[in-house]
Amino acid sequence: MGFLWTIVTLVVALGLTWRYLGSYMAAVFDGRVHFLGAVERPLYRALGTSPDREQTWRRYAISVVAFSGVSFALTYLLLRIQGSLPLNPQHLGAVGPALSFNTAASFLTNTNWQNYGGETTMSYFSQIGALTVQQFVSPAVGIVAAIALVRGFARKESATIGNFWVDLVRCLFYVLLPIAFLAGIVFVGQGAVQTLAGTVSIHDAMNGVTQTIARGPIGFMEAIKQLGTNGGGFLNANSATPYENPTALTNWLSIYLLLAIPFSLTYTFGKLVGSVRQGRALLAAMVLIFGVWVGFTSYSEHQGNPAVAAAGIVHQPTGNMVGKEVRFGDTSSALFAVASTQTSTGSADASYDSFTPMGGFGLLTGMMLGEVTPGGTGTGLYTMLIYAIVAVFIGGLMIGRTPEYLGKKIQAKEVKLAGLGSLVMPLVVLVLTAIAVSVHAGRIGPLNSGPHGFTEILYALTSQGNNNGSAFGGLSGNTPFYNVVGAIDMLIGRFGIMIPALALGGSLAAKNVVPESLGTFRTDNTMFVGLVIGVIVIIGGLTFFPAISLGPIVEQLGHGKFF
Amino acid sequence: MDDAGQVDAGQVDAGQVDTGQVDAGQVGTAKVGTAQVETAPKASGQGVARSRSLFDREILAQALGGSVRKLDPRVQVRNPVMFVVLVGTIVTFVEAIAHPSTFSWSITIWLFLTVVFANFAEAMAEGRGKAQADTLRRMRSEAEARRLRADRTEERVAAAELARGDLVVCEAGDLVPSDGEIVEGIASVDESAITGESAPVIRESGGDRSAVTGGTKVLSDRIVVRITAERGKTFLDRMISLVEGANRQKTPNEIALTILLAALTIVFLPVVVTLQPFGHFSGASVSVVVLVALLVCLIPTTIGALLSAIGIAGMDRLVQRNVLAMSGRAVEAAGDVQTLLLDKTGTITLGNRMAAAFLPTAGHTEEELADAAQLASLADETPEGRSIVVLAKQRFDLRERELAPDHEFVPFSANTRMSGLDIGGRSVRKGAAESVRRWAVEQGGTVPEGLDEAVGQVARAGSTPLVVADGPTILGVIELKDVVKQGIKEKFAEMRQMGIRTVMITGDNPLTAAAIAEEAGVDDYLAEATPETKMELIKAEQEGGKLVAMTGDGTNDAPALAQADVGVAMNTGTTAAKEAGNMVDLDSNPTKLIDVVEIGKQLLITRGSLTTFSIANDVAKYFAIIPALFVATYPQLNTLNIMKLHSPQSAVLSAVIFNALVIIALIPLALRGVKFRATGSAAILRRNVAVYGVGGIVTPFVFIKLIDLVLTALHAY
Repeated sequence: MGFLWTIVTLVVALGLTWRYLGSYMAAVFDGRVHFLGAVERPLYRALGTSPDREQTWRRYAISVVAFSGVSFALTYLLLRIQGSLPLNPQHLGAVGPALSFNTAASFLTNTNWQNYGGETTMSYFSQIGALTVQQFVSPAVGIVAAIALVRGFARKESATIGNFWVDLVRCLFYVLLPIAFLAGIVFVGQGAVQTLAGTVSIHDAMNGVTQTIARGPIGFMEAIKQLGTNGGGFLNANSATPYENPTALTNWLSIYLLLAIPFSLTYTFGKLVGSVRQGRALLAAMVLIFGVWVGFTSYSEHQGNPAVAAAGIVHQPTGNMVGKEVRFGDTSSALFAVASTQTSTGSADASYDSFTPMGGFGLLTGMMLGEVTPGGTGTGLYTMLIYAIVAVFIGGLMIGRTPEYLGKKIQAKEVKLAGLGSLVMPLVVLVLTAIAVSVHAGRIGPLNSGPHGFTEILYALTSQGNNNGSAFGGLSGNTPFYNVVGAIDMLIGRFGIMIPALALGGSLAAKNVVPESLGTFRTDNTMFVGLVIGVIVIIGGLTFFPAISLGPIVEQLGHGKFF
Repeated sequence: MDDAGQVDAGQVDAGQVDTGQVDAGQVGTAKVGTAQVETAPKASGQGVARSRSLFDREILAQALGGSVRKLDPRVQVRNPVMFVVLVGTIVTFVEAIAHPSTFSWSITIWLFLTVVFANFAEAMAEGRGKAQADTLRRMRSEAEARRLRADRTEERVAAAELARGDLVVCEAGDLVPSDGEIVEGIASVDESAITGESAPVIRESGGDRSAVTGGTKVLSDRIVVRITAERGKTFLDRMISLVEGANRQKTPNEIALTILLAALTIVFLPVVVTLQPFGHFSGASVSVVVLVALLVCLIPTTIGALLSAIGIAGMDRLVQRNVLAMSGRAVEAAGDVQTLLLDKTGTITLGNRMAAAFLPTAGHTEEELADAAQLASLADETPEGRSIVVLAKQRFDLRERELAPDHEFVPFSANTRMSGLDIGGRSVRKGAAESVRRWAVEQGGTVPEGLDEAVGQVARAGSTPLVVADGPTILGVIELKDVVKQGIKEKFAEMRQMGIRTVMITGDNPLTAAAIAEEAGVDDYLAEATPETKMELIKAEQEGGKLVAMTGDGTNDAPALAQADVGVAMNTGTTAAKEAGNMVDLDSNPTKLIDVVEIGKQLLITRGSLTTFSIANDVAKYFAIIPALFVATYPQLNTLNIMKLHSPQSAVLSAVIFNALVIIALIPLALRGVKFRATGSAAILRRNVAVYGVGGIVTPFVFIKLIDLVLTALHAY
């Protein structure tokens, strides 16, 4: 019953959020929200820009890349010199170059893949000044890129798609900061730790052991970690620890927060293009896939552990509890895990390595679908729109017209960009996985051998390529090889899709709008939802089926026997 | 109808229509001959546009040769999908030589056949065009031309030596040496070589019927033609290269689709190549032959093989309907058209006006009028004249008249503008209101009251009034009405379902236009149209993002034809019009615009459907090949072998054989096009997704299993 209630309350809360946060964000990016004008205007002056100085898609993309480049350099630098910076009660030394490189790439790409243990590697200054800052700006970059693409649909014969700096400032001040602030209060109120004091040592005289308990400014970081689909927690054990995720309410809130913006952006999309029905169609495609995956994964976890069953314990009423927090249980952990993997968040309240093979399959394949259901903040929407363009192209041909989406003709240039945007992820993930399983440095990474070891590598590179950041575990990632390969994976996975998306925005904005008629290919009905789902599942399925069959599928077919 | 205004030259041609002369209230658009306008395509076997059986022996033989010739890598590289198959074939070939086995040789042969089949599909489509081009080439004038020197003396030169601007003389029996414009004279010309239409047409200098086409034959009279086309660039030359697809350029949509297919090919390359290291990591050795087989099965070979055939066949279908598209781009644009500008006369209404009512003047009965009118029309062979006879018969059962031997028919002349009959001292006349009135007064009669009113009323309603007089007595008025074609209203309803707006273009006054528009069921009309207002309308539609199609034939239509996205010029029209449009309708039947739109749509639908089919096929192929690939290492993967294929080798081979044979199986569909029904987009999509999407998933499961059963039965494995 508890699980059902979680689902019902989430559906209601997210439904309302979709409607109101969605239209609020549309207002924000239309420049109709001004309550922080006093902060906004000086910032624009400082950045040397103004809301009426619009950019072409090229300028926009250059701004994105420049901003991300500065983010990268700054994060890298702060981690490298953390020993000489304040707020370091543990006197942690500089983070190594390869790890700093990986971490900087990880946070600027909204991946939050962590090849480190937070409490033992990062000073408070690094956590706040380097990582949490990126947790605010990297989702903002994703959101504004999506908005820029949406403007391409909404505008007619326009050379520009908005101003990156203005969008960024608005996104931060009107969307992310206020919500994260409110949510942070709830987290802290529920008992998430929020302090700048160092660790606490407890001496257990009876047993003669001393235990060090890590703490820090956790509560507020937790809010943006989920809201911005970042996923990088303060502590190594992420949302499984009571300091990050103290109560059932914060667990619920975590799931809610990480789904809130990605789902709501479909409403924003509909609003900006002048038809909420259009946004609803995309939402429906997202929800349907998401729902099926939640059902499948929860079911698999609830069935119990096949390895345990093989040992003779067939009756497992609590499901597969290996690697689960007893506070959350099997199905709720599965829900959290699917929400986290399909929003490119990657936070965890359980160990994904210990999921059943089919449960792990659910998480892995959820990412392989390209993080569009609903995907990360902004990234989910623009990747979804790319898939939708592919669906429109194929479906539109089948009705005998040059395919058009929202009145914009989908021609060679759009197909090229959409093809690039939808295929770059499988390409980079497969090629890097092939390299990792072929070279010695890669082969020594996984803890297990055989299919499970293969899955560990595949999962890690899929997670990074999709900017998810969830860790399957079992893989020793903090090696020069995985640090560098992972960083490349994350950077290509981010910009290999974002830049084509922006280019699409530019190319669509320049087009005239074909008026709608009865002969128009409908993109707001059930048929279209089906087509989009088909394209997502078929592209993901066809590209990853062979790899998957060598990992979780073969493992499950071997009755869960670990090698 | 020789009592009705001026006679128009060039109207011998059946179905051709005269635009720009529709003059409301005037007895204006006279036609001689049988002006039955039909939308159906011409019967086959005429002229160039003959449709051939799909399995024409000659074409098949040519195509077989072509499929081998096209193996040239320089040709293959233009099609990225098939090029990958060719490279894969070479890889397995080398592998088969290095490690010979029945399996690797079978795979190599079937991969090679896949390439050959793809070539065959293209060669088939091209062959059909070539066959038509050969017929045309034989028409090309090899004859001598009679060139006029500056001093007007003739010299004989080879047709090939003619330059633009030369003047040549053609007399009865001569072939027109090259495309040109008549500057002097009038002649009847046999254009069957170009149009397939055997009835001769009239060509004359000046006006909109002055163009002649090289290769046509002058049947009567003498004309002087100014050559307008350079050597090798005549209409016939262009037609030949068009139907041959010689320098066929990929159309925008085809390019877009090729990009998508290339992208899918590119992504399957790493999917397959990475299986080698993945397998190695899992301790499985993966055979290169099987990997190549998997790659070829996954990349969209079906649509890749048929794509160009679909494009060529689309053009071919147009040619079969006697429409020549100057570019594939235009055909595609036709599918996108959202607004059709249709000339009223000939397209929406029959070119001829039909008698609709008898309006007697005071003191006379309707029957009296009908009787006189029928009498006056007995010798009138025009459709209008006959329609009067028929109406009188229908209304008052007047028929089988025995004429006294002393009767004399008075034919129409441009001077009198009326015709009729003199019989037994009685003179009956019908004709233009003004003329008959004058004539009656000359006979000593008076103009009855109410006549002018009746004439005016008929004219205002958009119909044509004819006045009938029996000697000095004016009996009344016949209303000749524009008759809306049968079935056209349903056609427009279909168009509306497809989301296409129809706009009627007419020279009529707004009142008349509105009445006819209402009756025909068009969405809108442009009354009192001039070339300028027509142009404005096109621009306004395009401004709103719509694609516009129109037909035209006059020189004053040329700017609008050029401006329209799809401009279909009538073959009877002027050179200027033909140059400006991007299609030429050899039958000069404006209704065909609707067919053109359907062919354009069908072309895109065929591409989309086969793409969907091709991609959907991959699901079954995965289930055949992936278990086979790793079953030695992981026996449990045999669970995925849901088709229960006999052995790993037979599974892979069955998938490859299916992949090759499906190309051959779909050639007829590619050439004929997917069935098109004029319904709303949702219905079309539902149908095609069901047939080609769902069908594309299911079909290969069935056939791969069947092929596997055959292979097993043959003890191949």
